Amino acid sequence: MSEHHHKETFVTKYIFSQDHKMISKQFLITGIFMGVIALFMSMLFRLQLAWPEKSFTIIEAFLGNHQTDGIMNPDIYLALVTIHGTIMVFFVLTAGLSGTFSNLLIPLQLGARDMASGFLNMISYWLFFLSSVIMVISLFVEAGPASAGWTIYPPLSALPQAIPGSGAGMTLWLVSMAIFIASSLIGALNYIVTVLNLRTKGMKMTRMPLTIWAFFVTAMIGVVSFPVLLSAALLLIFDRSFGTSFYLSDIFISGEVLHYQGGSPVLFEHLFWFLGHPEVYIVLLPALGITSEIISTNSRKPIFGYRAMVMSIIAIAFLSTIVWGHHMFISGMNPFLGSVFTFTTLLIAIPSAVKAFNYVTTLWKGNLQLNPAMLFSIGLVSTFVTGGLTGLVLGDSALDINIHDTYFVVAHFHLVMGVSAIFGMYAGIYHWFPKMYGRLMNKVLGYWHFWITIICAYGVFWPMHFIGLAGLPRRYYTNTNFPMFDDIANINVLITIFAIVGGVAQILFLANFFISIYRGEKSSQNPWNSNTLEWTTPVEHIHGNWPGKLPEVHRWPYDYSKRVDLNDDDSDYLHGKDFVPQTTPLLEGEDSS
Amino acid sequence: MLALFYIFIGVAIGVSFWQITRILNLRSSIANDEDNSKQGKYALLFLVFLYAMMIYCLIAMNIIMLPESASVEGEHDDILFDITFWLIGVVQFAMQFLIFYFTFKYRGNKNNKAKFYADSHKLEAIWTITPAVVLVVLIGYGLWQWNNVMDLSDEKDAIVIEVYSQQFRWDARYAGEDNMLGYGNVNFIKGINTMGVDMSDKNSQDDKQVTELYLPKGRKIHFKFRSQDVLHSAYMPHFRAQMNCVPGMVTEFGFTPKFTTEEMRLQSEVVDKSREINKIRKAKGEDPYEFDYLLLCNKICGASHYNMQMKITVVEQEEYDKWIAQQPTLSSVITQ
Repeated sequence: MSEHHHKETFVTKYIFSQDHKMISKQFLITGIFMGVIALFMSMLFRLQLAWPEKSFTIIEAFLGNHQTDGIMNPDIYLALVTIHGTIMVFFVLTAGLSGTFSNLLIPLQLGARDMASGFLNMISYWLFFLSSVIMVISLFVEAGPASAGWTIYPPLSALPQAIPGSGAGMTLWLVSMAIFIASSLIGALNYIVTVLNLRTKGMKMTRMPLTIWAFFVTAMIGVVSFPVLLSAALLLIFDRSFGTSFYLSDIFISGEVLHYQGGSPVLFEHLFWFLGHPEVYIVLLPALGITSEIISTNSRKPIFGYRAMVMSIIAIAFLSTIVWGHHMFISGMNPFLGSVFTFTTLLIAIPSAVKAFNYVTTLWKGNLQLNPAMLFSIGLVSTFVTGGLTGLVLGDSALDINIHDTYFVVAHFHLVMGVSAIFGMYAGIYHWFPKMYGRLMNKVLGYWHFWITIICAYGVFWPMHFIGLAGLPRRYYTNTNFPMFDDIANINVLITIFAIVGGVAQILFLANFFISIYRGEKSSQNPWNSNTLEWTTPVEHIHGNWPGKLPEVHRWPYDYSKRVDLNDDDSDYLHGKDFVPQTTPLLEGEDSS
Repeated sequence: MLALFYIFIGVAIGVSFWQITRILNLRSSIANDEDNSKQGKYALLFLVFLYAMMIYCLIAMNIIMLPESASVEGEHDDILFDITFWLIGVVQFAMQFLIFYFTFKYRGNKNNKAKFYADSHKLEAIWTITPAVVLVVLIGYGLWQWNNVMDLSDEKDAIVIEVYSQQFRWDARYAGEDNMLGYGNVNFIKGINTMGVDMSDKNSQDDKQVTELYLPKGRKIHFKFRSQDVLHSAYMPHFRAQMNCVPGMVTEFGFTPKFTTEEMRLQSEVVDKSREINKIRKAKGEDPYEFDYLLLCNKICGASHYNMQMKITVVEQEEYDKWIAQQPTLSSVITQ
């Protein structure tokens, strides 16, 4: 917290750093690394889905004893989808997204010298790193990694007799996740404390950028729901290793009756989804926060309906904790519960609709600076709408009966949380890269990256809705045993082609990212002419963020294109330019919005 | 198709390397007016692509959809689905238009000024209240239908059938003359008593174990589901029916078949779909496909999850009576 420079060694600066800016970069790079693994896995299982009987050298090369002559085994197919989901949801979109940008932006946009506890922040990263390492190690155990789906429903996840991945692979999965949850919780507590206590002078809650609101509320959802997943995981560890029966009862497998009595898998489902559903918003809200900031800055307009945006973030967060049962309409729980969860679930459509409409209104009559970050933000709004709308179908219990666990669901959640959150993450990276590395990413590569990615994202997930409506269950190794699905073979090929082109196109991003760290154009202090405080810090990172006194805040962050006469679009800019940094004092008689 | 795929990969990689090397030498990072203009136009092109793809899929993939509901209870599912689908379809087309058209229309230019427009309570009230009202309708109809489907309390003359799951097969047990299923538990599994039926229970005696479902048209079927090992899900898409099978508990679902298998095979959607499928099968040299109702497993349950199915045949009442009479009772098969 002090302003003088300590002596730094390589280890304290780059490895066990307590500086939030370095930690954010560590989160990002680890997240990108994990993302590459998970993306590669999805390309492998897409090959299997498109050409189930075809031999591939790449499968032979990577899947070792889990393949026969270049065709993957059914076990490893399930393992690939399981680990793909786990890594994407937790390691990339929770730690990689929230960890990166909460760490980078909370102190910088609030005018704080660092996180409330730099030490805990460092611990949070290293626990995340440890859990990532364990997850990667689990890929190499002999019987294969966890394969019970990313939702790891017992008894499948509890019994190695049921699927080989439920042996050592599942143990490592659980250990990794337990450590991951500890990391998330420590991070989240730190974010909350920092937001509540370390705002600079004048930075009222109502003047915080929407990014910070999103990170703050996300951290609160995490603190409420992650501990429940931890207990779910602990009880599962007990069932697996110590013979308890929390989730298991009346099981006959491999020719014998097991001793478990009185447990219920439905209990696990409740505990899992009590986190699992809020998790969707833990992933999505930071992306929406990032997008709000970027769309406003690049539209050169205030975000439309700031208060409504804050209220809808809070409403979504609150509702997200009471809708988990919509994943369980047909789990065998009391149908009355289904009615309640249908009601609360569909209510989420209201704040979500408000957000979508407000984004569109922010674009309206803007002066759009179509930087790659802006395009990814617009892409997010597009996929958020596309994916969100099908939520109205799935959230309605009566309709869910018939499309539950089909590819319709896969298409829905990939668009609304997968693609949207990834777009938010990309937008954030392109936008704040200069804040992280003092250089800018190449825009031409950024444009290529965006257009290929969005075309492929729609190419993959739009047709996927229809194979779901044809009744095709997800997590099928192949559908060749069902002649009724023979007519979707071509669609599967099409989807795989889009998936592979889209996956390979991420090389554009990787190249741009890593090369720009060293060779990118040097950034000026405020390259996007933005209002928020992070752009008042020097380009070169220093401890404590601001060389002298902390900045003082006089206004909200969205005074873009403010006019002398607010009702006259032709009048001059009030402050002579189309942006007014938060540090600019109000003029006499200026309306403070 | 595979050649095409390799070409795609080749092109993607080629383009990547060519572009990366060329572009990284250009030190350009912040969008200028030229970029805004170009990208705005691309946004418009993308809108055209998106519309074309959405419409193409909606039309061309209509044929792979499930045919109309084959259960009486599912009829309202189809109606509710249609209402919801049209509604979200309209919103989807409108919103995507606004998003990408605005991106094009308001692409940045030095000479332009953005409108300072921070708030409008009227607009926000409109788009809070409109979805709320629409949702009241969807929720209301949805809940009404949900109660219809899930309420099995007053079905006195429903046929009770147990569907039994294990890795990786389905079995079924008809309740017999008394329409009461005998008690079942994994502890009773022994030899040919594969469903673990308690043969000391008097209700068990006339139960009938089968490997395929026969259902009479027009009679309510009351399914009870059990699993002996892991979670499975009994998914009967043509009937708009699905329920998880949970070890340690009995779950339930019910519906009334509306069309016999024979009738369904003559239904126009099914005829069209089958014709398409048979074209594909013929090209691969496989036997022709004939429509059948199926029960599929729809909850990840292990390596052969993808091949866990049971045929369902819906017949007229008389034929059903004949069939069920031929099935042996458990007491005649299992000697204690």
